[in-house]
Amino acid sequence: MTVTRLRLSLSLTLTALMLAACGGGGGEAGSASRGAPVGGASGQELAAAQVLRWGNGAEPQTIDPHRGEGVPGSNIQRDLFEGLINEAPNGDLVPGSAVAWEISDDLLTYTFELRREARWSNGDPMTAEDWVYSLRRSLDPKTLSRYTFILSPILNAAAVAAGELPPAELGVRAIDDYTLEIKLEGPTPYFLGLLTHATSFAVHRASVETHGDRFTRPGNLVSNGAFVLDEWVVQSHVKLVRNPYYWDNANTTLEEVWFYVTEDQSAELRRYRADELDITYTVPKRQMDWIRENVSAEMKFAPYLGSYYYAFNTIRPPFEDNPKLRRALSLAIDRDIITREITNAGEIPAFGFVPPVNGYEGQQMPEAAWTQAEREAQARRLYAEAGYSPANPLRTEIMYNTQEDHRRIAVAIAAMWNEVLGVEVSILNQEWKVFLDTRRQKIDTQVVRNGWIGDYNDANSFAELMLSTSGLNDAGYANPAYDALVHAASREGDLARRADLLQQAEAVMLEDMPVLPIYFYVTTRLVKPWVGGYETNIMDHHRSKNFLILEH
Amino acid sequence: MLRYSLRRFLGAIPTLFILIAVAFFMIRLAPGGPFDSEKVLLPEIEANLRATYHLDEPLYRQFARYIGNIVRGDFGPSFQYRDYTVTELIMTGFPVSLRLGGSAMLLALLIGVTAGSIAALSQNTRVDYAVMSASMTGISIPNFVMAPILILIFAVYLGWLPAGGLGDGSLRNLVLPVISLALPQIAYVSRLTRGSMIEVLRSPFIRTAKAQGLPLAKILLRHALKPALLPVVSYIGPATAAVITGSVVIEQIFGVPGLGRFFVQGALNRDYTLVMGVVIFYGVLIIAFNFLVDLAYAWLDPKVKYS
Repeated sequence: MTVTRLRLSLSLTLTALMLAACGGGGGEAGSASRGAPVGGASGQELAAAQVLRWGNGAEPQTIDPHRGEGVPGSNIQRDLFEGLINEAPNGDLVPGSAVAWEISDDLLTYTFELRREARWSNGDPMTAEDWVYSLRRSLDPKTLSRYTFILSPILNAAAVAAGELPPAELGVRAIDDYTLEIKLEGPTPYFLGLLTHATSFAVHRASVETHGDRFTRPGNLVSNGAFVLDEWVVQSHVKLVRNPYYWDNANTTLEEVWFYVTEDQSAELRRYRADELDITYTVPKRQMDWIRENVSAEMKFAPYLGSYYYAFNTIRPPFEDNPKLRRALSLAIDRDIITREITNAGEIPAFGFVPPVNGYEGQQMPEAAWTQAEREAQARRLYAEAGYSPANPLRTEIMYNTQEDHRRIAVAIAAMWNEVLGVEVSILNQEWKVFLDTRRQKIDTQVVRNGWIGDYNDANSFAELMLSTSGLNDAGYANPAYDALVHAASREGDLARRADLLQQAEAVMLEDMPVLPIYFYVTTRLVKPWVGGYETNIMDHHRSKNFLILEH
Repeated sequence: MLRYSLRRFLGAIPTLFILIAVAFFMIRLAPGGPFDSEKVLLPEIEANLRATYHLDEPLYRQFARYIGNIVRGDFGPSFQYRDYTVTELIMTGFPVSLRLGGSAMLLALLIGVTAGSIAALSQNTRVDYAVMSASMTGISIPNFVMAPILILIFAVYLGWLPAGGLGDGSLRNLVLPVISLALPQIAYVSRLTRGSMIEVLRSPFIRTAKAQGLPLAKILLRHALKPALLPVVSYIGPATAAVITGSVVIEQIFGVPGLGRFFVQGALNRDYTLVMGVVIFYGVLIIAFNFLVDLAYAWLDPKVKYS
């Protein structure tokens, strides 16, 4: 066939498509007007339609705050519910359902004064009993929560979650209708921060008891946040509308909040470009160059409380009892190349394990201050000291869960090890659920991909991962000195001394190098210029009640 | 006819049973379980979870329980989407997939049969080449390439149509996904129609009809179309079952809540009940459509008789 004919047939097809599209489109179609300045003449004028549309990643598993897991569900829960403590747009802790609180001198008793004007979305008043019921429910093993560890600082919480004590034994009680007391197991400086987590949110007892598992359905769900559930179409969207009973309703601007399921990142970007989304969940890494060139002003990229690393299997050869080899491999990789050429969204090259968190000075490998050439020279020395040479090279395997970005990083690291040290590396991927299993068993693995997003803004959320008893310690790392420091920190009430203990622990761990830090995560959202009130924060927690839509 | 239908219906029961058994044990053989996640579960809670979903029982008992529940029409709760039962999920996904897939198949039949017939009538002319090269293009461009291109043109640049989502379910939300789904089907159907039409047009009874001086339109519609549709019908039966149960690619790209994603997500999440539910649903549809195809055969081809 000739080229002209192919072109002809293509253009015929396209014409047919356009005709079909016009037929279906009707007259109402059209993208948003782009001519007028955002915010009108003053720059602050509000749009007539106060509707915010989020790209929200995967379909939430549930919107029951006590059974939730995963970021998409939490994002919705933060709008539907309000904890005792709330977060300001910049992440600072501010009063939520509690207006004030007192902490006893021994740091073990928290007394909360509840907001008297707080109401459920059906108009029922909120009392301390609601909180007692909810915290007990959250920890009750019958609730099947996977996040009970968040509340474990509360007195008897672990025993209740393990079914050893009845929920009534939990260290929580209502002193009167508007005074709630929570007793702790030990001083927990980050406890107030935990109260912003969905696991600690209150649910409406009467509707839970009436509707059972169906209490989260539109029409059934009674919540206490700035918005209420209006519509939930699985795999499509969740729609919230303003809650007129919310105590701060007068300061809420938005009328509707939509959370769209956006599993495919490229598809999400197209919907954003077509003005169907105001904020994206993330961006496709492959299109970073296009994004930088075309919508750089809309990029809200900021540090995120997450650490991307590889774990060495320290309970099997060749990495067992071989810190020199582990260090050699860690020094041989050029983290700048990985963050610049592969992840490419401003990730921070990591020489330590704990990402930047509140009140903590992240530790670094001493070699962090060296040049890459110096690090590589040192890597070669350590590699030789560990007994390897070009004639007797290390043969090892990197395992990762099937995903394009992980593959590219694994390929790059394998190449760097090979180039600098002559290591012979094979790379292997497994589907997520299989990978979780393999990684946890620590039998067939040598080097495994790992990543962790902190559950709360405290170094402990990372430090506890590497405890010898931790189920998430995929390196099999066990150093009594490390365990002792982390445990001492959890008993320490003095903030400065506690931070110091955790910092010492991280330094000990980096000396042993059971993990190979690669980079600290960043959030990669795109935000339309007409969205007011958006601020980045380390947890990437946002509450739509702080948002508004400018004229556009 | 009635007896034939009854026999087919009874014959479907063992088929379905085998399908259910194979799927049931296969998904449980896959490594990793529905409750595996990065967070480590407390043993007590894991035990409760397993007990709630009867995963603590021996496999044969679970199977017997499952069969018993299905007979009563209960597909169980979804493991992954914890607020929903499998029946509810299928019932929210299927209407969407049916609407998209059904429109796509209808479009495919209308355009495909027409284009194929035209090509057959003007065999080896420019028209024929144009239709066939268009359909070749339709077959060879995968829809994960075609769909984003359509979205870029019609949603992002021109702004005529939405880039994704079902919106209020109105026609303009359906246009792009339906076209993306229909294009490869149009291509197949037109090629099939052309091939069999050419064959039919050469057969003696058409020659006789021509000799009797019947007008071309009458020859085509009255005499040629029915036998020419036979291969199309045998393709379209199972294809319809596949298309109306959703395409995971199209659903992800357009963000529409169809059935296809449940299948893939269910498998990835080891959502045993959801995968089983979708497998059974799909199996029933395939059986039903094959039966319809056989009935259509009897109508299209006088040589086929069921008694």
